Amino acid sequence: MRIDSMEAICASAKEAGVEFWETVLLYDMEEHEYTREDSIAKMLRAWKAMVEASDSYTGERRSVSGLVGGDGLKMRIYNRRGESISGDYVGRVIAEALSMAESNACMRRIVAAPTAGACGVLPAVLMPLWHEERLTQRQVIEALYTASGIGAVIARNAGISGAAGGCQAEIGTAAAMAAGALVQIYGGDMEQICNAVAMALKNLMGLICDPVAGLVEVPCVKRNVAGAMTAVSAADMALAGIESRVPVDQVIQAMGEVGRYMPLRFKETALGGLAATPFGKAVKEEQKETERQSRG
Amino acid sequence: MADIFDILGPIMVGPSSSHTAGAVRIGAMARTLLGERVVYADILLHGSFAETGHGHGTDRALVSGLLGMGPADLRIPFAFEEAKKQGLEYTFGEVDLVDAHPNSVVMEIKGESGRQLSMRASSIGGGRIMVNELDGIEVAFDGSFNTLVVHHRDEFGTIAEISRLLSNYRINIANMRLSRHRRGGDALMIIETDQTVEQKIIDWISELHGIEKVTYYDKSREAENED
Repeated sequence: MRIDSMEAICASAKEAGVEFWETVLLYDMEEHEYTREDSIAKMLRAWKAMVEASDSYTGERRSVSGLVGGDGLKMRIYNRRGESISGDYVGRVIAEALSMAESNACMRRIVAAPTAGACGVLPAVLMPLWHEERLTQRQVIEALYTASGIGAVIARNAGISGAAGGCQAEIGTAAAMAAGALVQIYGGDMEQICNAVAMALKNLMGLICDPVAGLVEVPCVKRNVAGAMTAVSAADMALAGIESRVPVDQVIQAMGEVGRYMPLRFKETALGGLAATPFGKAVKEEQKETERQSRG
Repeated sequence: MADIFDILGPIMVGPSSSHTAGAVRIGAMARTLLGERVVYADILLHGSFAETGHGHGTDRALVSGLLGMGPADLRIPFAFEEAKKQGLEYTFGEVDLVDAHPNSVVMEIKGESGRQLSMRASSIGGGRIMVNELDGIEVAFDGSFNTLVVHHRDEFGTIAEISRLLSNYRINIANMRLSRHRRGGDALMIIETDQTVEQKIIDWISELHGIEKVTYYDKSREAENED
C-alpha cells in the first residue's frame, strides 16, 4: 500500500478493492509487520484516550501561566441553554475543541492529532456524535484511519509543525484530517474525502503560528475551534457534491510552499503577530520573571 | 515513511510534544541508563527549554521521567510532589551550550547506590529525542531501538567479543557506534539491536575483560509506560 499522496492512497485502494481507511490500515500492518488486530487495538487506545480526556474535563484546571482554562466549560453551559447561534452539533463541536485544547495547555492527557497544539480539532467533530450514540466503534475506527492517512500524506508533502510551516500546518492539517473523517462517517466516497481535505486546507492556508510568550495557549486553544468549524463546513460542502477546483495533492504542495516562504517571525518563534502585541510582550516579560523564579 | 501513529499520537500529557513529552522521555532515558533509582539530579536547561521550560512544564516533565514515568502519566503535573515522596532531590539552572539543539538539557544524576551519570540530550520534535553526550563522550542515539551502552577501556578485541556474544544469541545489531576520549582510554560503545537483549546477556557482557559498565535501554518497556 502506498500512502505518499492522496492520489496514491486512492489508487492503492482501487487496486486492492478496499476503501480509503482500509488502505491506511493495510499500510500500517505492512509497515510494522503486525496483524490487523494489533493495529486496530492501537487505534482504539488512541480513541479511548480521547474519550477519557473529553469525559473527565471539568474546566477547573488552569495552565501553568494562568492564561487559559475554563472556556470549554463556559461553552458547555451556554450550549445547555439551547440558544446558541451555531445550533446543537456545531455548538458542541466548539465546546469539545475548547475542552480538548485547554486540556493540553493545562497538562492533562490528550492525543496529538497531528500535534499536541492541534489536538482538539479531530475529537471535536467526532465526540458530539459519539456521546449521542450516533457512531459505532467501527465507524470511529474507519474515521480515525482516514484521518491519520490524510495527516501522513500532509506530513510527507508539506509538513505538520508550526515551526516549519506555521499554524496552517498544524490546525490546517488537523482540519483536513477531521474533514476527511466526517466524510467517511457520513458515507462519502474517496473523491469526496479528497475534496473535503482540499477545501479545509485551502480555507486555513496562510495561517501563522504566533503563540503569546511561546506557549501553546494563546491563540492556540481557540484556533482549534477555527479548525473544527472549517472541517465541518468542508465536509458538508464535499458531501453536497461541491468540488475543490485545485486538486488535493496540489493544494497540499501549495500549503508546503506557503509554509517554507512564511517569515520566521510567524513560525512558532513568538516574535510576530499576536505574540508581538503589547499584550503579548507583557505576558512574555511576566513569563521571563516566572521562569527565573522557578529556578530559584 | 510516516508512521500513522506519529500522526495520531503520541498519547501524552500536554502541552507540547517537544517541551513536555520529549522531556519526559529524556528523563526516563537518563534513569534507565543510570540503571537504578535516582536520588539526586542537577538539571541545566538550554535555549528554548530555558526560555519557556517552566511554562511548558518541561521541568516537571524531566523530573517525571527521572522518576520512571512515561509521557502519558497523569502524575506529570504533580511531579515535584511525587519527587518529594520518592526521595528525589533536584536543582534547576540554565546553561548556554554551543552548537546545541534549542531544546537541550544537561543532567548530572546520582542513584541510590552512588552510581553517577552525566547526560546531554535534546528533544527534536514530535516527542522524539536524541542523546548527544554521555559522561563527557559525544554520542547520538534516539531510543528508537533497544540500546546497549557499554563503557569500556579502548583495547583490542572488545568489540569482536561483544558482537560474537550477541550473534550467538541471534541478536541482530542494527547500528553500532564507538566513541572515545583518546586512544587506549575510556571508550563508549552504543549498540542498537533489533531484538530484546536479555539480562543474562547483559551480565555476560559486563564480565568481559575491559568492560566497566553496561546499561541497557529496552524500547518495549517505554511503550508500556505510555498507558
